[in-house]
Amino acid sequence: MAKLMSFSELEALRKSIVDKRDPDKAVITVCNGTGCHAHGCKAVTEAFQDEIKKQNLSAKVDVRASGCHGFCERGPLVVIKPRDIFYQRVRVKDVPEILSETIGKGATINRLLYTDRKTSEKVTFEYDVPFYKHQKRLVFGNNGSIDPSSIEDYLAVGGYSALAKALRMTPEQIIAEVRKSGLRGRGGGGFPTANKWESTRNAEGDTRYIICNADEGDPGAYMDRSLVEGNPHSVIEGMIIGAFAIGGHDGYIYIRNEYPLAVRHVRTAIEQAGAYGLLGKNILGSGFDFNIRINRGGGAFVCGESTALMASLEGRVGEPRAKYVHTSEQGLWNKPTNLNNVETWANVPLIINNGADWFSKIGTAGSKGTKIFSLVGNISNTGLVEVPMGITLREIIFDIGGGIPKGRNFKAVQTGGPSGGVIPESLLDLPVDFDELSKVGSMMGSGGMIVMDDKSCMVDFAKFYITFLEGESCGKCLPCREGLQQMREILTAITEGRGKMSDLKLLEELSDTLRDAALCALGSSAPNPVMSSLKYFRDEYVAHIKDRKCPAGVCKLEAAKVK
Amino acid sequence: MVKLTIDGRAITAEEGTTVLYAARDNNIYIPSLCENEAVAPYGACRLCLVEITTASGRKRLVTSCIYRVEEGLTVLTNTERIQKIRKVLLELLLARCPESDVIRDMAKKAGVTKTRFNKRTGNNSCILCANCARTCEEVVGVAAISLARRGVDRELTTPFNEDFTDACIGCGSCAYSCPTGAITVVDKNGTRTINWPHNRMEFAMKQCSVCGQYWAPEKQVEYIARTSGTPLEDYDICPDCR
Repeated sequence: MAKLMSFSELEALRKSIVDKRDPDKAVITVCNGTGCHAHGCKAVTEAFQDEIKKQNLSAKVDVRASGCHGFCERGPLVVIKPRDIFYQRVRVKDVPEILSETIGKGATINRLLYTDRKTSEKVTFEYDVPFYKHQKRLVFGNNGSIDPSSIEDYLAVGGYSALAKALRMTPEQIIAEVRKSGLRGRGGGGFPTANKWESTRNAEGDTRYIICNADEGDPGAYMDRSLVEGNPHSVIEGMIIGAFAIGGHDGYIYIRNEYPLAVRHVRTAIEQAGAYGLLGKNILGSGFDFNIRINRGGGAFVCGESTALMASLEGRVGEPRAKYVHTSEQGLWNKPTNLNNVETWANVPLIINNGADWFSKIGTAGSKGTKIFSLVGNISNTGLVEVPMGITLREIIFDIGGGIPKGRNFKAVQTGGPSGGVIPESLLDLPVDFDELSKVGSMMGSGGMIVMDDKSCMVDFAKFYITFLEGESCGKCLPCREGLQQMREILTAITEGRGKMSDLKLLEELSDTLRDAALCALGSSAPNPVMSSLKYFRDEYVAHIKDRKCPAGVCKLEAAKVK
Repeated sequence: MVKLTIDGRAITAEEGTTVLYAARDNNIYIPSLCENEAVAPYGACRLCLVEITTASGRKRLVTSCIYRVEEGLTVLTNTERIQKIRKVLLELLLARCPESDVIRDMAKKAGVTKTRFNKRTGNNSCILCANCARTCEEVVGVAAISLARRGVDRELTTPFNEDFTDACIGCGSCAYSCPTGAITVVDKNGTRTINWPHNRMEFAMKQCSVCGQYWAPEKQVEYIARTSGTPLEDYDICPDCR
């Protein structure tokens, strides 16, 4: 494979890839995301490959192990292109029939089609499935149609064209475009991306580092994982564009070692991009050099915090430091460093290709573009959803998520990961954007969305997350280390019927102290589950303490009652 | 020089000074435990939090041991909000180290005489400020002790938690830098004993060939000779007799 030395060589390569492909030839895409792997997609993919050989159909149909399609609840998912026929819960035994009926005769197999919960009607095409219909899949757009281990697949759908375009712009023009788009950091902070890029670019010093934070650690959240697994080149392309704009030549992807598939795919992608001259020296003959290395994280939640991540990257203990001097001025090895989250990087090629005006038309006044959420918990359609900013929680949970299963009622939704707050039913019409969520005591976070039904106890919920955070606190600063332990003990006492009314005041004082005094965002956001549940579900705390009763029937208070 | 205001007083401080030192130079008390001039700021105990308003009008809480003075800065060291935070922090410290006099005195000064939190045992006055480990690494250059594990399991420890590390030279700087007296050094009959919160080690002392007093641990003398490139014989005589 020869290195591409110019923009025209890239376009010529793309044309040769596309020309070899027949747009009318059927392609069976089998979701090979981690969720579908748990459902057995590997065996299904292999069965398709074997059966095609056996039935001698290779001229008629291709099989593609694609990235995550998002509808994890119904996996393994199979989409047959170009018609986009959508089969769900596909088993190995269904494979011969799909080939003979759907590929052979063009007939659909009724039992494999999705049934619309509201109308009880069968849905044939992917785009008609309610779960997908209300989404706006841009960042995830190509996840389901490309094989993430094939750079040719990415090139075929226009991959690296944004890079070619960006390399013909000036760094200032790129930053101006990103600023105009209104892109804000998707890792949780919501900081304007262009400001970060600009201050890193303008910081003193010759060496600048570029980091992709793929240390996603929130329980129940896996959007970054699916993006790196399903479309690693989009993240890499974003990083190269950012590096060119900022003036950095060394990049790092800090990724959890517990994400083996993501590590493998991003490694393959870096090798492929290097072989084509899209990474390395003199990228596309532009004179710009950029390399990316992978660093695997050891699984500490706190290492998702930027300063702790950088400490870990340097080989030190992953502990945060005060950020009075920004990492854009002194970050990795005390050099100016720009760190963005996976999803932020993946948005960059879209903005460069389609323009800032296109991007800023999507979303609300203060939050532009789309956001990927991992919709989990007591929800009918578990999965990854990409929606425009400003969509209401109700739309996400009921239209896309299909509501609450088992005929139960909605009680609350937690957004933003373990240190996000709960949002009650009365606020379901809240438009989802960075500012609205923090106004009600929760946050966007990295995009976790955990739905709870009426059988969930809010005190138990708070205890669960505080226990998680206590275990993940690095222990450097006093309020986070000691405060979370005390908080967990108070919550445990309440759930065991040993609570006192004065505990509520103590919880509030502790929460205020953590919010105001903790060293990093892990500690300062940690009290959110407690503060928000106390705000919206105080009566449940009171019932546990005064009546020794758990209204949801979760906590076992009987023993305490007898005493 | 930088002009700023602390608690209503106009102050000038050298550029690069932290707010805590600027206050201290002007006899304004800000409580702190993990701060030590000998080592880089760390910001772990959070007691030195102050409220600042920058020249551009931005208000926030910062740790004064890390935040540097800047032109036009307004600092308040003891507002109601700060007092509330400090009170909870001190209660947490009282619960962690109920037996520490230093913490009890500091709490008393802030009007906190008892804690509402569950009391711990076995921390032996250690507040995990890492002053000892930071001094050992940054000042002595030995890094023999460090904090291990995460969160509430965090502990000051020797390598592999064993009481016979070769790394430690027995200098006792850790005890000297400890704000709560959690580390003690006892020299007796030619042996130095260092008691850390969870470890203990003994060191043979070097005897002066003139007066006969035991004046420093042998390992420390060897370390000084090695790092300074001077012959070991130079240290046969104690500083008093030299």
